[in-house]
Amino acid sequence: MSGLEIENLSMRFDLPNGSSVQALKDVSLHLAEGELLSVLGPSGCGKTTLLNIVAGFLAPTEGQIRLNGHTVTGPAAERGMVFQQGALFEWMNVRENVAFGPRMAGKRERDWAGTVDHLLEVVGLRDFKEKAVYELSGGMQQRVALARCLANDPDVILMDEPLGALDALTREKMQSLVLKLWKETGKTIILITHSVEEALLLGERLLVMAPRPGRIHKEYRLPFADLGVGEDLRTVKKHPEFNKTREEILGMIWDMEEEIMGRTEETQ
Amino acid sequence: MIVLLIYVAIFVASFFLVKLLVHKTTRDFTARKTVTFGDESAVRPNRIASVISVLTIFLLWGAFTGSSWVPGFLHAPGPFVGDATFTYTAEAEGVAPDDATVTVRVFPVGEDVEAPEIDPGAGWAKDDSDSVGAWRSGLIRVDRNDRYGRDEGHTVVAVNGEPIAPGGEVITEFGRVGMSPKGTLNFEPRKGWQMEPIWLPPPEAVLARLKEIAQDGYRDSTLWEHLGWSLFRVIAGFFFGALIGIPLGYAMGLSDWFRGWFDPIVEFMRPVPPLALIPLVIIWAGIGETGKIILLFLAALWIMAIAARSGVSGVKISKVHAAYSLGASKAQIMRHVIVPNSLPEIFTGARVAMGVCWGTVVAAELVAAEKGAGMMIMVASKFQLTDIVIMGIILIGVIGFGIDILMRFAEKALVPWKGRG
Repeated sequence: MSGLEIENLSMRFDLPNGSSVQALKDVSLHLAEGELLSVLGPSGCGKTTLLNIVAGFLAPTEGQIRLNGHTVTGPAAERGMVFQQGALFEWMNVRENVAFGPRMAGKRERDWAGTVDHLLEVVGLRDFKEKAVYELSGGMQQRVALARCLANDPDVILMDEPLGALDALTREKMQSLVLKLWKETGKTIILITHSVEEALLLGERLLVMAPRPGRIHKEYRLPFADLGVGEDLRTVKKHPEFNKTREEILGMIWDMEEEIMGRTEETQ
Repeated sequence: MIVLLIYVAIFVASFFLVKLLVHKTTRDFTARKTVTFGDESAVRPNRIASVISVLTIFLLWGAFTGSSWVPGFLHAPGPFVGDATFTYTAEAEGVAPDDATVTVRVFPVGEDVEAPEIDPGAGWAKDDSDSVGAWRSGLIRVDRNDRYGRDEGHTVVAVNGEPIAPGGEVITEFGRVGMSPKGTLNFEPRKGWQMEPIWLPPPEAVLARLKEIAQDGYRDSTLWEHLGWSLFRVIAGFFFGALIGIPLGYAMGLSDWFRGWFDPIVEFMRPVPPLALIPLVIIWAGIGETGKIILLFLAALWIMAIAARSGVSGVKISKVHAAYSLGASKAQIMRHVIVPNSLPEIFTGARVAMGVCWGTVVAAELVAAEKGAGMMIMVASKFQLTDIVIMGIILIGVIGFGIDILMRFAEKALVPWKGRG
């Protein structure tokens, strides 16, 4: 079976004080090839844990993950990851960073030079190839991170709040870029975000997760990502359906936060 | 005390003078800041102050040593040199008190001087003459040539007309005349404010000594050999310390077994000052080169191990995760992520280690060595060759500073990403 299958995933670990945390409980999900799933939820709902398990950095206590039929047991080049920030290698220039995957795979420069240069062109960093990454702005650094991930040609791209540290204007530009890259490359993408708007704009499917234990609360199928490929993102945001869904999800997360607050007050 | 007051006075006076005369014309961003008190980045060293500071040190040094580099009117009052005179009044049994004059030739130490020729004069107490070196003092047996000696009850009762008793003193314009408990006069010429060369030689004497030693060497080795040996020991000790310490630090950063095994050793050895190891190293390895290099190896080892360990621990997990998800193997992550990420820390450690090693080598050479900068000043101090001691201290400081500058330069060239993570 192709695509990414997440089956009955549970994650439970002990704390030093003797209690234990149920970070994820019975999460199941199937993602077809080329789908873009955004994941939303209040803090503590296990969305980053989920992503780390898919990436192979964590082993679940129960359940399993299969990508194109084989079980995931650890990190591999087929599942690329884009981090919030600080995951670039400062000791390499922009081009060396982007070429990291192919270089580690032992490819020769003439085999990767074309891809890398093309990707730098796509993310708009053609003139910054030889720059040190610490000389770039936050938005440009995230473009490098995207290009670096794509240069490795992974089957699935995992994004852990990749635009979280950017200012509003840069963020909007980057959202368009992510949509464009998704359409052009046809990659399967899981995007974790704190912003409801971003989740709605970018997610073809949207997962709202609930905390304690971390679980899937509700799933949406959305038309906005497809709209956003052709239209300006600000036009998409004016869509009445967009506003309605946003308010619905915000209310949902708000209620969850309230519930958490209430529960902690009770236990105190 | 007076030196400190003059120093403070120069500090304050030059501050106001420079503020009054020099108006900064910089138009950079910092110059536009209105809040500078409390903004550390707005405080940049005033280079005029640095220049005045260095000049002030040489000025004070020169002024209080009578240096020829400092114009004479700036010299502190020097010691009295020349012919000093005072009169004494002596009494003896059965005769009237009589006065006589003492002439003392005060000469700079090192010159060969005879006591001045004088006419003994009339009266039963005869005039005397003697010679005393500047900054020294001398007993003057005024009764030696008098007609009535001690056997006849010769006692000095006054100097320059002022009464004096055993244990007492009279201050004259040329210096202090004291009387010993047995009644002998003791002349101590005025010392002035200047330092005696055996305590602090003037700067030109230090420079002359530097030239002399640079040409002729000291203790069978040239100056360059002395300094070269010290540097060689530092570099050899540091090299071996880094050779073992960096891999050890990496192992401690990457393996729980290594971390657990070496943690107690490293944490115990780190606070032990290398100087405290000198006696043990001498017992074990003697005072030769091996002992010194072992000592410097130990001084550098722990610093380098800790620097490498914290360099490894300091790698952001997202960088390691990113490298894994880009398909890198463990060896590739070591080579392309962990090692370059730890280099800034290792360079900082290397700078500290070089500084500690340089300090330790000088101390080790003070204890025992045949060649080296520390040995040079230690031997010189035994012969009270203060100029060599000061020259050695200045050279040690200059070389230590030079090492640090070189390390900073290397750091800038080799790890430009330091602090940019």
